[in-house]
Amino acid sequence: MSAVLIAIMVVPLVAAAISWWAGPRLTSAVTVTSGAAIFGLALALVPTVARGRPVGRARTVRAHAGAGSQVVVYGQHAVSALGNGLRVDSLSLVFLLATAFLYALTAIFAVGYVSAEHGAGALYRRRLFAGMNVFAWAMAMAPLVNNLGLLWVAIEVTTVVSALLVAIEETDSAIEAAWKYVLLASLGLGLSLLATVIMYHAGSYSLGQEYDLSFTRLVGAAGRFPPGTVRLAYLLAVLGFGTKVGFFPVHTWLPDAHSEAPTPVSALLSGALLATCFYAILRYYQITERAAGPTFARDVLAGFGVATLLLGALYLASQRDLKRMLAYSSVEHMGILAIGMSFASPLAVAGVLLHVLAHAAAKGTAFFGAGSVVRKMRTKDLERIRGGMGLLPWSGPLLVAAMLGLSALPPFGTFRSEFSIVAGGLSGSSGGAGQAVSAVLVVLVTLAFLGLSWHITQVMASPGPSGAAPLAKGETSKLMVLAMSVALLGLVILGVHPPGQLDNLFHGAVSELGV
Amino acid sequence: MLGSLLAAVPTPPSTFDGLTEAIAVFVLLLVFVMFRQALLHSQVRLYALQSLAVSALAGVLATNEHAADLFVLAGLSLVLKVVIVPLVVLHLLREAEVDLAGSQRFGVASAVLLGVAVSVFAFLAVGSVDIGGSGARGLPVPALGAAAATVLVSFVLVMYRADVVSQAIGFFSMENGVSVASLVIAAHMQSILEIAFLFDLLVAGVAFGVIMRAHHRRSASLSTETLDQLRG
Repeated sequence: MSAVLIAIMVVPLVAAAISWWAGPRLTSAVTVTSGAAIFGLALALVPTVARGRPVGRARTVRAHAGAGSQVVVYGQHAVSALGNGLRVDSLSLVFLLATAFLYALTAIFAVGYVSAEHGAGALYRRRLFAGMNVFAWAMAMAPLVNNLGLLWVAIEVTTVVSALLVAIEETDSAIEAAWKYVLLASLGLGLSLLATVIMYHAGSYSLGQEYDLSFTRLVGAAGRFPPGTVRLAYLLAVLGFGTKVGFFPVHTWLPDAHSEAPTPVSALLSGALLATCFYAILRYYQITERAAGPTFARDVLAGFGVATLLLGALYLASQRDLKRMLAYSSVEHMGILAIGMSFASPLAVAGVLLHVLAHAAAKGTAFFGAGSVVRKMRTKDLERIRGGMGLLPWSGPLLVAAMLGLSALPPFGTFRSEFSIVAGGLSGSSGGAGQAVSAVLVVLVTLAFLGLSWHITQVMASPGPSGAAPLAKGETSKLMVLAMSVALLGLVILGVHPPGQLDNLFHGAVSELGV
Repeated sequence: MLGSLLAAVPTPPSTFDGLTEAIAVFVLLLVFVMFRQALLHSQVRLYALQSLAVSALAGVLATNEHAADLFVLAGLSLVLKVVIVPLVVLHLLREAEVDLAGSQRFGVASAVLLGVAVSVFAFLAVGSVDIGGSGARGLPVPALGAAAATVLVSFVLVMYRADVVSQAIGFFSMENGVSVASLVIAAHMQSILEIAFLFDLLVAGVAFGVIMRAHHRRSASLSTETLDQLRG
């Protein structure tokens, strides 16, 4: 199994190198193969990490077990490699699965997307595919490394690579978006570097002057860290990494970057990168919860979460740009993740983890659909996009379904995840505060649903303007439709019948987080 | 009685403490000087001088601790932050044939006052948190206040300036503040991590440079006034 981790580390880099030097066909084949391989490798880890471990005999009669029957806990195994330098446990595997799934589908989509753009030159293709492979590598490395410092390095690499990808089309707006992104995200990561340094210092009280920043060591000793110092480190980490998650008020780069990047990059930014940066916050949460008690860590996330959700829901409705609208939807969903973590409830936290996977599938589908629409209509302006259902017989309905998914309607995985989060908030030990925040969540998610449904109805169902030159009906690329279809299928599976081993993973991750 | 009077007199800092605290404050003061610089190449040179001070701090600490890894860190910091990053930025300025910094968003006096205010906040905030009690062998704890102030004042510099080069210099200056903080409270962090952080800074610098060049190619300017079209 350790060979799996090393393969995940190596494959995308090899794909990136080949993409830079090889011709278009080989580049496309290698990128798709790399994406599929990483997803396959991530899936291969699931049985090992999610398997059960007996912990003793039941002392009391439980619902499905008599007294004295074996008690088994799931999802508490880890796979490691390179002397524990790489380590995947339940928590990191959830985020790795989300990234790998989206990487595989984005690779397929990107092949169709670039082929449909007849003006795309060889240099653009090389930069895009090589950049995407390095970007995916960095996002996969973040949950793989067992070190707080190397986690920061991986996320910094994602910033640098993705900023260059945002600027790849070299239009005025792309350069503006890339500049804002690289500047604000780098400033935020500067704060999170300071957080890493302060957390190291907190650990030195009990671990000595020289020790490695592995999660296992930090989490094991966190109970002996000075609480004040850990709280400071946590606050800086939430603000710093939160810049990349898109938390209010440090989110201002996000709508620009996600809307101006090429669509495959937008899908990875929204569906995978934001969650990967949230994973970094969760690792600090783990340590803070043990060192300073859970209340502070949860309250900080609750504050950021509510503000972020409010901003996302309000701005979403007023957008005129299709991709910018989806970007604000991502802000909304990151707010939901933070709120879910703030509830003192295993059900809510399991909902958060399911939401990471479901959001990746839903946002991927949505951006792929937006890419199809923009390719067909040659505009992102929501005021000018009309008659999508008629012109795009596959992408149109799939995009509508994706929007319903983003609005957390059944039968999609987002419905199941948000339901779990709200149910956890209403029933958890947060009491009245949790119930109030749950109510706020429901209201704001409804507001976001209204905004999304209004826009998508206009775009898809309204007839095209009379007098305008008719566009040819038909999809621009079968591969783009294929990617959308598979992403939506994943979203439906997560909603209707998530695999049992996922449940075990969530159990393991919930206990990792100390809930 | 003389003994009790003498006991009440605070012990003067050692040479090491005094020297390193003075250099840390010098690092902070250089950010204030950057507010005043209208020429971009002067700002770059101030950043190089600031990085030299940070490298000197690492070198002084390495000498005091007899730590070979800190010498390596000081050397790498010198090469990357004093030589390579400033050369990359100066090369960009020569290509762009631009030297005057863009207009500021608010007056110098306001910027300096804001800088002083956030510096005071940084010193007070650091003083209120229990830091330095682990017996950490690094720079003296009072230098941490200067480091935190450098970080915050660099943020003000980024807000104050309206050109891409000055904003990038603000970011690099912030990283210097984090480096000083690291030398105070995490001087013996794994060397591999410190080196990774340094190279990451270099890579970020390259990315900044690429986007700056692309911006100049499109707009024939390094001003951020044209980078304000995307709203809402």
